Amino acid sequence: MTLSVQLTHRQGDFTLDLAFETPPGITVLFGRSGSGKTSIVNAVAGLLTPDAGRIALGDRVLFDRAQGICLPPHRRRIGYVFQEGRLFPHLTVAGNLRFGRHRPAPPRAEFDRVVEMLGIGPLLYRRPQALSGGEKQRVAIGRALLSGPEMILADEPLAALDEARKAEILPYFERLRDDSSVPMLYVSHAAAEVARLATTIVALDAGRLLSQGAASEVLADPRVMPTGVRAMGAVLEAVVVAHHADGLTELDANGLALFLPRVRQAPGRRLRVRIAAQEVILSRTRPEGLSALNILPGTVEDVRAGDGPGAIVSLSTAAGPVLARVTRRSAETLALRPGVPCHAIVKTVAIAPEDVGR
Amino acid sequence: MTGFGPEEWQAVALSLRVSFWATLFSLPLGIFAAYALARWRFPGKQLFNGLVHLPLILPPVVTGYLLLLAFGRQGPLGQILEPLGIVLAFRWTGAALAAAVMAFPLMVRAIRLSIEAVDPRLEAAAATLGAAPWRVFATVTLPLILPGILAGAILAFAKAMGEFGATITFVSNIPGQTQTIPSAIYAFLQIPGGESAAARLVLVSVVIALAALLLSEVVARRVARRVGAA
Repeated sequence: MTLSVQLTHRQGDFTLDLAFETPPGITVLFGRSGSGKTSIVNAVAGLLTPDAGRIALGDRVLFDRAQGICLPPHRRRIGYVFQEGRLFPHLTVAGNLRFGRHRPAPPRAEFDRVVEMLGIGPLLYRRPQALSGGEKQRVAIGRALLSGPEMILADEPLAALDEARKAEILPYFERLRDDSSVPMLYVSHAAAEVARLATTIVALDAGRLLSQGAASEVLADPRVMPTGVRAMGAVLEAVVVAHHADGLTELDANGLALFLPRVRQAPGRRLRVRIAAQEVILSRTRPEGLSALNILPGTVEDVRAGDGPGAIVSLSTAAGPVLARVTRRSAETLALRPGVPCHAIVKTVAIAPEDVGR
Repeated sequence: MTGFGPEEWQAVALSLRVSFWATLFSLPLGIFAAYALARWRFPGKQLFNGLVHLPLILPPVVTGYLLLLAFGRQGPLGQILEPLGIVLAFRWTGAALAAAVMAFPLMVRAIRLSIEAVDPRLEAAAATLGAAPWRVFATVTLPLILPGILAGAILAFAKAMGEFGATITFVSNIPGQTQTIPSAIYAFLQIPGGESAAARLVLVSVVIALAALLLSEVVARRVARRVGAA
């Protein structure tokens, strides 16, 4: 099922004007706060009526200004996971999960499967007030799933959680992406989260489309800097080869070896590894006598200087695109321009657990 | 203190009956009016708000007289209702109407406050889960405002128990027919030696009012715990 969105909406002196389509999997709406992400999601859910445009899910038209179509939210069959959970305080967890049941009622097995997947079985008879933030969000995800939706919207569902709770929830979204046929539109401005989850990224800036495409392509695009250069980083896909006795995990990224601090996944598993641009060092020659374990040979694709002293260098390697944040001075000293061969060097310990997802 | 005479019992029973029916009948209207005032935007909203609150500000005698003009046998509404077998003037049903009108603003205010305290984002969430507006109201809004509804109902009941001016103007002070506790107290105070009967009725009033207050506290606390407000 594909969601196609084309809309224009004015809110004060802010104008939203863009069009995009989402293929299956998780499409992340990526952009800094105030770039219009939530308005788009609300328009898809029917909680906001755009000034103009058309929104269709598969061949169902949800909104079409020209034809005067605007389905109310309860007839759109779209599950929504809100930032603040929005669980009903007067119902138990089970009551919340069953709230959307009157649509083609999910069979008992489906209910049990979702409860099992989210690990909320022991919580069923508790009230939302007695749940932790992470538990609330898991229930909210289950509630949206059990309403029999044709699409799931998630508006920064992790933003209100601390790092530990985020780490607790992210795997559930990864499972959803991999095991469920329901497409998802996921709003986020956290680069690491996006790198782990996104199949497709729609990058926004001030209500306009900046870039759209596969996660690895968009994140490697230096124009996409929604939360500043510090958040930049490319995503590599790699397969776990072996866990070594000294606490390292060896991965294979299309022929290039990558060493990470030990991850839980078994050999043979495919992972996404986010390499933060500011953790990458560049070298024209293959370095010798260096402590860093990851050395990725490649070719410079693009050098983009910012307003400050820094520059972002895009490198294409066998493992995929890699971004490096270096000083403009270094870029000049090393004579980095498109076509020049170059090595990207990454310390193993610079790759944090939250940069690794499946 | 001596025992109750039949006239006093009559007044107590009548007051309870009048207040009960006044509260019960005005409750759905009160919820509707409160919801409209809290959530809807419509032309004439301020006028509607004013009309709802009018009995609170007008002298009760004026309200009673207006009711008499409208619902009396010669009144426009009275003439419509009489062929249907509904006569309000000088009947206990009229006393209930007067009590309901006088208590209405208090009821609406209490319910309106509780509706305004409901997070509309919860209702939006319910809609995304496939609930049509009536179902959102019945399964989300209504349970969440239950404490406010109870508070409004008890406030209205207490107000109805004490209503005097509009009642005596609209339906007079007929023992067994329209003589509620306040009218009976007033009547007893007009006759020599009626003080002790009046005192007994005053005591009954105080007991009923306190019982209603206690009941509302207990029920509201239990409901609040159930809907998670506590």
